[in-house]
Amino acid sequence: MLDVLQGFVHELRGAGLPVSMTENLDAMRAVEHVDLADRDVFKAALGATLVKHHRHWRAFETVFDVYFSLHSPGVDADDPNAEEWAELAGQTSEAAGAGGGGEVTREELAEMLLNALMTMDRDELRRLAAAAVGAFAGMEPGRPVGGTYYLYRTLRQLDLDDLAARLIGRAQEEGDVPADALAARLQGEEYGGRLKVLRELIEAEIRRRLVADRGVEAMARTLRKPLPEDVDFMHASREEMLALQRAIYPLTRALAARLAQRRRRRHRGHLDFRRTVRASLSYGGVPAEPKFRHPHPSRPEIMVVADISGSVASFARFTLQFVYAMASQFSKVRSWVFIDGIDEVTRFFTESDDVTEAVHRVNTEADVVWVDGHSDYGHAFEVFENRHHLEVTNKTSLIFLGDARNNYHASQAWTLRALGERARHLYWLNPEPRGYWDTGDSIMAEYAPYCDGVYECRNLRQLERFVTTVAEG
Amino acid sequence: MATRFESVDEVIARLRDVDYLADATIGGVVYLADRLEKPVLVEGPAGVGKTELAKALSRATDARLIRLQCYEGLDEAKALYEWNYKKQLLRIQADREHETSWSDVEADIFAEPFLLTRPLLEAIRADDPVVLLIDEVDRVEIETEALLLEVLSDFQVSIPELGTIVGKQRPLVVLTSNNTRELSEALKRRCLYLHVDYPDLEREKDIVRVRVPEIDDELAGQVARVVRSIRDLELKKAPSISETIDWARTLLYLGTSEISPEVIGETLHVLLKYQSDIAKARKELVPASDAT
Repeated sequence: MLDVLQGFVHELRGAGLPVSMTENLDAMRAVEHVDLADRDVFKAALGATLVKHHRHWRAFETVFDVYFSLHSPGVDADDPNAEEWAELAGQTSEAAGAGGGGEVTREELAEMLLNALMTMDRDELRRLAAAAVGAFAGMEPGRPVGGTYYLYRTLRQLDLDDLAARLIGRAQEEGDVPADALAARLQGEEYGGRLKVLRELIEAEIRRRLVADRGVEAMARTLRKPLPEDVDFMHASREEMLALQRAIYPLTRALAARLAQRRRRRHRGHLDFRRTVRASLSYGGVPAEPKFRHPHPSRPEIMVVADISGSVASFARFTLQFVYAMASQFSKVRSWVFIDGIDEVTRFFTESDDVTEAVHRVNTEADVVWVDGHSDYGHAFEVFENRHHLEVTNKTSLIFLGDARNNYHASQAWTLRALGERARHLYWLNPEPRGYWDTGDSIMAEYAPYCDGVYECRNLRQLERFVTTVAEG
Repeated sequence: MATRFESVDEVIARLRDVDYLADATIGGVVYLADRLEKPVLVEGPAGVGKTELAKALSRATDARLIRLQCYEGLDEAKALYEWNYKKQLLRIQADREHETSWSDVEADIFAEPFLLTRPLLEAIRADDPVVLLIDEVDRVEIETEALLLEVLSDFQVSIPELGTIVGKQRPLVVLTSNNTRELSEALKRRCLYLHVDYPDLEREKDIVRVRVPEIDDELAGQVARVVRSIRDLELKKAPSISETIDWARTLLYLGTSEISPEVIGETLHVLLKYQSDIAKARKELVPASDAT
């Protein structure tokens, strides 16, 4: 048990979770007190002692599932041999046989699944999920393909959409006929939820078999994913992107709270001579208690100019959302987007309350193509400088977002110099790794001298750090 | 050391007796907190019953609830202890006629009778069973957090003039946080971590039934399903459990027996508190019926 736990903690650290020595010891003390057979409680015990941040919970769950997927914790999974595999396969066909008798066909299995889904019998579902994986995934020991491949094969054979339709049909037969569209919607969601459970069970089953085949450590490594704050914007999957978006709002709130606090405490304003002298009278003329003026609250204006061409689109999208989530912090936020033409998009954000919708409108309605729709930083900046240079004042912070890949157009770097002279700050956020800058058609070095700072901004952590620096300055 | 609970199931059952429905995770963590004698840090969205958990625990264990509400600017004098300055002054004044030495006075005025206990010290010195709730701990500055560390890890307070006061017993300690800022590693390390999220359909239905006993099974189920559907929308602020309960009560007062789109349209403001959220939910759930 001790070894398994140590391996588990080691893997958590490998996945990037900060697990301290104390927490490690706590976990060991904790498992002494719980019933190891009760998986939920065991998991809660490890989670409560080892994971101290909700953002890390998913990573914890994945590792947990891998390490403790076999029937009892502590099973030595280092020697997955052919016999064991055969045994497993045998078990599943038995399990399937228990319901249908002998070899099950696709149709029979679907029927049994339907029954189980109607009653939501979890044990039965788990057995059937195992049977389905056994029958359809075609898993072979030692074959170097990922779990998603097997998942796809199983799900294609099961045809979940068809199952969903039949489920609802079945429910209606049994008298649960939705009276109106609302009820129908609720019903759809209800059964959609049940199918999701089935899907998760199938995934777990596949993972269990892969672990049996490859061993715990190898499996944990293949499943290792970056923590949400380390996910690269440019390569985020759809799911990761959604997770990031959900993380934005709490993050901005947290940032706002921290910044407001710091601002309040740091600035004390200048010495107020008159009030200090007045106060000194009560100490017999000794200025024992210096008085200060109230500080002028600074009202920074932020202008964001973002490249939304294909190469950096997901980054820009995310950053725009972030900037607008921060709008409560700053009195004035304006934004522009460009490809080779440039267009102000502030109106989309002020008109709609919903950030996602606003970003969608930016992407569809903004007029950003001038000639051919390939990024032309030079032209876009020139137009921007022309139209708006008078609006840039010494209160303005200008933030440029882009990879500076200019398709070999003229850089027009003088525009940045001109803007930089007027603005209070000029920052550049580049979503590419630093090593890629100035390779190919990237001309970061030509713009960089006129910026107060050029930051690599590839993940939430870096973005957060940047915002803190800016808001403090 | 007497433990309060024998098993996880007992935790859940006893919490249920006081109308708090805990799932296996909540039960498991509370049980561990009792066994390992560690505080529990509860995080999660607003209105999922974080504070309620502490209150329920105090009811379930027949313990007095001592609550420290955190806010920005909270300091030692408000959280731990304070010397009763006025009383000390009186003491010195009263002493003026007698010729007492300085050290006698000093020893006298920095003694127990002049100590004003604040929640943390009170919890430590309590003889009867207590549950200590440190609410919204994320509101205090990161420096102030350090105040809590000694209490949380060793359950003692050091007062320079009196020495270290060690707790007579280990109460259950619950800290809640709305996650508006990252708590320090030092604090987290000393606690068990519990993340409470919106409950799943079945649990929410049960909660509604327990908290609104007059409601019938059918309606409770519908309430839970509609609320889940609304939570799936992308909203500024998803409905919390307390709002679900409010909504169920509203429906009951209105004498609704079945939820129709019209009813939702009329009572949506109970669940959602932002105009844009209400508009969105209405668009999603209500006009769908106009078409049919």
